[in-house]
Amino acid sequence: MIAEAGHYALVLALALALIQSTVPIAGARWGDIALMNVARSTALAQLLFVAVSFIALVSLHVTSDFSVVNVFENSHSMKPLIYKVTGVWGNHEGSMLLWVSILALFGGLVAAFGDNLPLSLRAHVLAVQAWIASAFYLFILITSNPFLRIANPPIEGRDLNPVLQDIGLAVHPPMLYLGYVGFSISFSFAVAALLEGRIDAAWARWVRPWTLVAWIFLTLGIAMGSYWAYYELGWGGWWFWDPVENASLMPWLAGTALLHSAVVMEKRNALKVWTILLSILTFSLSLLGTFLVRSGVLTSVHAFATDPTRGVFILLILCIFIGGSLTLYAWRASVLKQGGLFAPISREGALVLNNLFLTTACATVFIGTLYPLALEVLTGEKISVGAPFFNLTFAPLFLPLMIAVPFGPLLAWKRGDLLGAAQRLTAAGIAALIAIAVLWAWTRGGSAFAPLAIGLAVFVIAGALSDLAERTGLFHVPFGTALRRARGLPRSTWGTVFAHAGVGVALIGIVCETTWNSEYIGMMKPDDVARIAGYELKLDGVTQRQGPNFREMVAQFTVSLDGQRLSAMTPSKRNFTTRAMSTTEAALLTRGASQLYISLGDTAADGAIAVRIYHKPLVLLIWFGPVLMAFGGMLSLSDRRLRVGAPKPAKLARGLQAAE
Amino acid sequence: MTRKQRRLTMIGGSLAVLAVAAALVLNAMRDSIVFFSTPSMVAEKHISAGKRFRLGGLVQPGSLKRGDNLAVSFTVADGSATLPVAYKGILPDLFREGQGIVAEGALDASGTFKADAVLAKHDETYMPKDVADALKKQGHWKDDYGAKPSASAAPQPTQGAMR
Repeated sequence: MIAEAGHYALVLALALALIQSTVPIAGARWGDIALMNVARSTALAQLLFVAVSFIALVSLHVTSDFSVVNVFENSHSMKPLIYKVTGVWGNHEGSMLLWVSILALFGGLVAAFGDNLPLSLRAHVLAVQAWIASAFYLFILITSNPFLRIANPPIEGRDLNPVLQDIGLAVHPPMLYLGYVGFSISFSFAVAALLEGRIDAAWARWVRPWTLVAWIFLTLGIAMGSYWAYYELGWGGWWFWDPVENASLMPWLAGTALLHSAVVMEKRNALKVWTILLSILTFSLSLLGTFLVRSGVLTSVHAFATDPTRGVFILLILCIFIGGSLTLYAWRASVLKQGGLFAPISREGALVLNNLFLTTACATVFIGTLYPLALEVLTGEKISVGAPFFNLTFAPLFLPLMIAVPFGPLLAWKRGDLLGAAQRLTAAGIAALIAIAVLWAWTRGGSAFAPLAIGLAVFVIAGALSDLAERTGLFHVPFGTALRRARGLPRSTWGTVFAHAGVGVALIGIVCETTWNSEYIGMMKPDDVARIAGYELKLDGVTQRQGPNFREMVAQFTVSLDGQRLSAMTPSKRNFTTRAMSTTEAALLTRGASQLYISLGDTAADGAIAVRIYHKPLVLLIWFGPVLMAFGGMLSLSDRRLRVGAPKPAKLARGLQAAE
Repeated sequence: MTRKQRRLTMIGGSLAVLAVAAALVLNAMRDSIVFFSTPSMVAEKHISAGKRFRLGGLVQPGSLKRGDNLAVSFTVADGSATLPVAYKGILPDLFREGQGIVAEGALDASGTFKADAVLAKHDETYMPKDVADALKKQGHWKDDYGAKPSASAAPQPTQGAMR
């Protein structure tokens, strides 16, 4: 009964989305306020019905109703409750349902909080949202229905893939989808602007917070996914340049560029046409990511060819939305008025430079991800494009960007003073040089690249702080005055400082981890001691344990430093009987921002166990950086300017319309 | 600065960055792309020692030998040819004789494939896609290799038949 209700709610949501895609547009054409207002109620009702559908699937999973195919294939009655819930989106059908739920959530938010939008703009935006929603509802209902029943229900389910039975699954996909799908709002605004042929600074002020929200979630989602891969896969790696990862990195890069170009548009009313294009591209890359992950094209081009229904359907959605929006762009972009002038050396110029490098870097990731697929489809030849490719292309493009980052906020709008900015960055430059010199002396040889890269990171962080010092007059005025000024600074300025510093922090983590990572691999018997980076790890023994739906072999290690016992570490290997699979649960010991990492391998006939131990210096900074960036984004989001943001004239115009 | 000059500066700058990016990509394409081969393709193509490539195939049953200090050697076969592989380190959880694997590395002077990475994905029926496609092409594909596709990634066309 619940399954049927969920299915029915989804069909109703589709019907509502179809109404929402057409009626408001007609209303906007005819200037009919009642028809335009249909968008608001349908968007909210759509959210309600999708929520019902989603909750239905969750309750099916929680109650282990194995008469539903989706539950049977991905759940098990013995599975802990949290994984019963998270298992809802640990499979194709459920994750698509989560996708549309989040889409409906964003549509509902625009409807609920969009009272101060011009009425016709809101009607257009919600209609475009409904186009996307309709396409994906159809996709779910036709090819990926999560509510299908089995005629003769089995007693027990097949269990969720053990690798996914982790708290990471609870956080990572929802975050990532909030980011991916959140960009649909800026896309809808862009298409609405093209349809209306009108765009102004108020438009940018509306789009920026939505982009920011999506960007914050995507940043956290990617960081979370990376940390999950790091501790769950047992290889100690945190980024593999895997197509699935690249699929989330591309919208992030484009979204970061969009965030910056929207600033130019809001403040200076320039770069309009470019901002619109970026909005379209960012969401297109989100759709591309959905296609890559959900069509099965990555698992096997072959599988894609033999069972094309799903893949072709998403490909079709992809082509219609990307092709359609770009055609509309080519046709209508010239209608939009040109913005203000600025010199190449100016805040605008710096933001253009930022956009240029971010989009180019994004393009290299795009090529590296899709070229092997295209080559295989066209010639049948198989190649793999891995880390070396991206190190040679992505990294060189990111370096000049990093050098430019501290200059941007110090340049004035319209016409900047590069020399003045450089003078104000002297302290940051000196800090970077000291960092390079100290590291050079301390590490004695080794990679010459690492101290330079850390110097660059220090420059970025110190540059962000100099901007702050400059604005508060720190060291020039009494400390109390500086403090008062700091409190008076707009939150978005603080946001910029934190986000830019976060980039530097992440870079330090990345360089330290890749350069000074030490590794011990060997066979260990009880009472053997492994030494790594000054730590001594003694294997005390190995025990067997029974978990809720697995058996595990746990190894106990005692970690000591300079003869002093620090802590115990217990890595394990789990065997999941239902799927006859094993997973490696690494043990982590955090010391400051560094970590010790132990994962287990095979057991030999004589009882010795293969052990892989890493010492990863400052590795946590890799994820702390993105958290700082997201925090900066949140500060910026809380800026009064964005909350109050809505343009007064729009309200006035609406009041007049209502009086007609 | 006029609108036209500004536009020219921007276009010029963009073209310069794009040209640099294109050069980087082409350069990286030449140096860092790794091709995929099966043992029989290795035999045909005479890949020179030291050239990195990915080797895919089935681990020949009975060929796995463990040496001291995590050194492992085994033979990878694709039905018509075999190639000895040497590796040092921990094999993935799902490495088993008779299973498909992908190894990355290069041939040494004696014709042994020195692997520095061995991949086998976390699923008991998973056949690395390169291996599966190569085996199919050569007609060594047995249907039971792919009988149960992984639940989260692969499409499941016949849900009715699985009951």
